[in-house]
Amino acid sequence: MGEALLSITNLNKRFETAGGHVQALHNVDLQVQQGEFITVIGPSGCGKSTLLRIVAGLDSGYTGNVTLEGSEIGGPGIDKGFIFQEHRLFPWLTVEKNIASDLSLKDKEVRQKVDELIELVKLKGFEKSYPRELSGGMAQRVAIARALLRSPKILLLDEPFGALDAFTRAHMQSVLLDIWRTNKTTMIFVTHDIDEAVFLGNRVVILEPRPGKIRQIVPIDLPYPRKKTTSSFQELRLRVLNQFEKVDELELTDGAGI
Amino acid sequence: MSDSVEIIINQAKAVREAHDYSGTAPIWSKKKSKKAPIVWRPLLSDLGIGALIPVVTVAVWQLAGSAGWISGEFLPTPLSIARSFVELFSSGQLIHHLGVSIGRAGIGFLIGGILGLLFGVLTGLFRSAEYVLDPSVQVLRLVPHLAIAPLIILWFGFGEVSKVAIIMSGSFFPLYINTFAGIRGVDNKLFEVARVLGFSPSQKLLRLILPAALPSILLGLRLSLAVAWIGLVVAELIGSQSGVGFLINEAKQNSDTEIIFVGIIIFAVVGKLIDSLFKVIERKFLFWRESYQG
Repeated sequence: MGEALLSITNLNKRFETAGGHVQALHNVDLQVQQGEFITVIGPSGCGKSTLLRIVAGLDSGYTGNVTLEGSEIGGPGIDKGFIFQEHRLFPWLTVEKNIASDLSLKDKEVRQKVDELIELVKLKGFEKSYPRELSGGMAQRVAIARALLRSPKILLLDEPFGALDAFTRAHMQSVLLDIWRTNKTTMIFVTHDIDEAVFLGNRVVILEPRPGKIRQIVPIDLPYPRKKTTSSFQELRLRVLNQFEKVDELELTDGAGI
Repeated sequence: MSDSVEIIINQAKAVREAHDYSGTAPIWSKKKSKKAPIVWRPLLSDLGIGALIPVVTVAVWQLAGSAGWISGEFLPTPLSIARSFVELFSSGQLIHHLGVSIGRAGIGFLIGGILGLLFGVLTGLFRSAEYVLDPSVQVLRLVPHLAIAPLIILWFGFGEVSKVAIIMSGSFFPLYINTFAGIRGVDNKLFEVARVLGFSPSQKLLRLILPAALPSILLGLRLSLAVAWIGLVVAELIGSQSGVGFLINEAKQNSDTEIIFVGIIIFAVVGKLIDSLFKVIERKFLFWRESYQG
């Protein structure tokens, strides 16, 4: 393995609250190679969103080292694409203008890239639509295109399909895999859906809560495209699920958080 | 067979319609009447019902006047008001005075509005500006702007300056308050998007804050303009040599009740026209809104 694209070492983060403090992340170490698809999974309160937001530069005040291509994460920027759970499009802009956002569509290069991305996220014919006219899945695809236009070194997705129905979600997963294989963009995908984590990631990072730390990293050595019905898929899914049950036991014996 | 297919299709349609009331059980759409929908009927009935009260009032008014039940000096008949309107119009007086009035209201509104917008943007964007400016502005806002009219006249005399100042002082506040509220109402989640997309401060203002606050700002504009129009009447009634307010005041001194009515109607009609214009502007710029449109 060469130099990691994203390197997280000994990351600690705590939130000060009225009744003391909460250890959101505890000694987290993670190396992400160029072109990897990492899924992060864990029960709520395990700090998976916090981890993602720190990598994005949206949250600060942590200790430890987080470096992207060797340099410290300063603040948010276009080199770290971020997809939120909600699409967060600008409601007054059309699809194509949302993708361009602060860039001008009159710029030929931007225009061409926007058109390519609209093709990639399968939104041809909706360039001039407004967000309120789109379904949840379509709007989320626009958000993905908006992030990809900036050619991010890494794409961070925070439960992006959490609000979608099962069919749309399955469709979006395959769209995202298509994008990943076409663009080779490194992805970190946070989810609370075990199927989704095993289906998408080439490594599944399992977090446990209070304090949030990595319990295990499960490599998923299945070729893409994967089928959720195969026995090898189910086997890996069970392996992840088992880890989860251990996490739950831990929580119960701890008696914390209830 | 084809019947059952149709039933299924209709059910699917109904379910899809009912889906809009998300969170509730499916609502089966009411059976539409078999007659073709008549487009003009609701339109006409709206107009007809809305016009009923004014038409009857004017008719009774005219009859009462013609029959001599009410003295013409106390309440001139609609016809004599119309006659006086035509006279004023054809002599060019009406246009002249109306032009002067609109000019005054326009200048006062422009200055007051721009100041309101600037201060609103400032206090909306910067907490420190809010702490420094907003308390004073709120105190001044609660003084009815017509109450300071005598003071303005004392300072600036009966000239144009005092009239513009009165109008200005009124039109400042609605725009200020609504701009401030609009900016503070911008979804914080979109600010995070702006950070992730690396917007510069000026991009943040022009591409996020102002468009997002636009509905509120336009509402402020509309309210400011209405207040400017009211301030105009007061300014012109206090003392002036021209304008629609002057026309009314002069008519009062000459007991020309018809002209008073003409003035009042002019104020009402022009005010309404300006307001309607704003509604058109709102519709043009705010079509993207997702909120309940009535």
